Amino acid sequence: MALPPLDSPQWQSPLRAFGWGLRSVTQTILTLVLFATYLGIGALAHDTHFSLLWALCSTLFVWAGPAQIILITTLGSGATIIQSAIAVTVSAIRLFPMVVSVLPLMRTPTTRRRELFFAAHLTAVTLWVECHRFLPQVPRERRIAFVNGLGFGLVSVCLTANTVGYFLAANLTQTLGAAILMLTPLSFLFSTARNSREAADVVALTLGVLLYPLAAKMNSGLDILVSGLVAGTIAYGVHWWREVRA
Amino acid sequence: MSYAQLIGDWQALVVLFVAGVVPNQIWRMLGLWFGGGIDEGSELLVWVRAVATAILAGVIAQIVVQPPGALASVPDALRYGAVGAGLVVFLLTRRSIFAGVVTGEVFMLVGKWWLG
Repeated sequence: MALPPLDSPQWQSPLRAFGWGLRSVTQTILTLVLFATYLGIGALAHDTHFSLLWALCSTLFVWAGPAQIILITTLGSGATIIQSAIAVTVSAIRLFPMVVSVLPLMRTPTTRRRELFFAAHLTAVTLWVECHRFLPQVPRERRIAFVNGLGFGLVSVCLTANTVGYFLAANLTQTLGAAILMLTPLSFLFSTARNSREAADVVALTLGVLLYPLAAKMNSGLDILVSGLVAGTIAYGVHWWREVRA
Repeated sequence: MSYAQLIGDWQALVVLFVAGVVPNQIWRMLGLWFGGGIDEGSELLVWVRAVATAILAGVIAQIVVQPPGALASVPDALRYGAVGAGLVVFLLTRRSIFAGVVTGEVFMLVGKWWLG
């Protein structure tokens, strides 16, 4: 499926643009990655004794896979609400630069802020990547409708995956249940590694994985936060050092 | 599957709102309100992105090192081996996410079957 040319009458109504956004869900391998990840999140929610409704609400209202997994694993391993909230808040900071960089792609001089509300809510790593890919092929005045359609499609795929994963975890043998849970770390690791373009990203990812087991030995309840801050700051140091030398 | 398993209690939904929804929406709404004036390439945002990536890496490690639920039935060596095998194939296939994930899964399932 190719999107119609920019001057095509296909773009005349916002509803049609929404439809093209919705159909674009089938045009990206990231949809498959999201499906696998949210299958894992559904299974994880089941195995840590959260309800299906809870899992679906987290997908609908949080809409950030890493945050949902941090929330489920920290609460599931006995952290307090405050500890979980801090870890999630810090992990979610990355949404800020994403929203800041993606909204100008769809803004026109007459766009009101509230028209961008859903686009801001739907912004997460997948949508951010796909906006940069698809939006140049969409007329500017139809981009908000297109993004809403794309986001609506992705959320629907993930809600379906959650439900399937939840029931699979409840009914599968232990080995297949384990295989579904394993989808999450694998898909996150490789999709993050794929998006790592600068040396700092690679250092942050590698050190973040390696430092976690050390931080976990401290048993502070904030293990992820500690290893993340240390590894991330070292990665920033590498970036800074390369800039200075350049 | 019971009603309680599907719906759960309202306290859990309050926890979701406080610890999950609010911490995420704060950043998105800040981006929506104040986004215009911030330089995407600023040093502060480079650091923020690095910390966010490292936190995500920690989450990945946590699931593999301290596995939840059914994943705990898989021996340590098999879980680490699955990540390692997936990583090698991911790099060999010029960063194919699909090839990496499938390799990791196959490694773990074959290992589990082999060990019985």
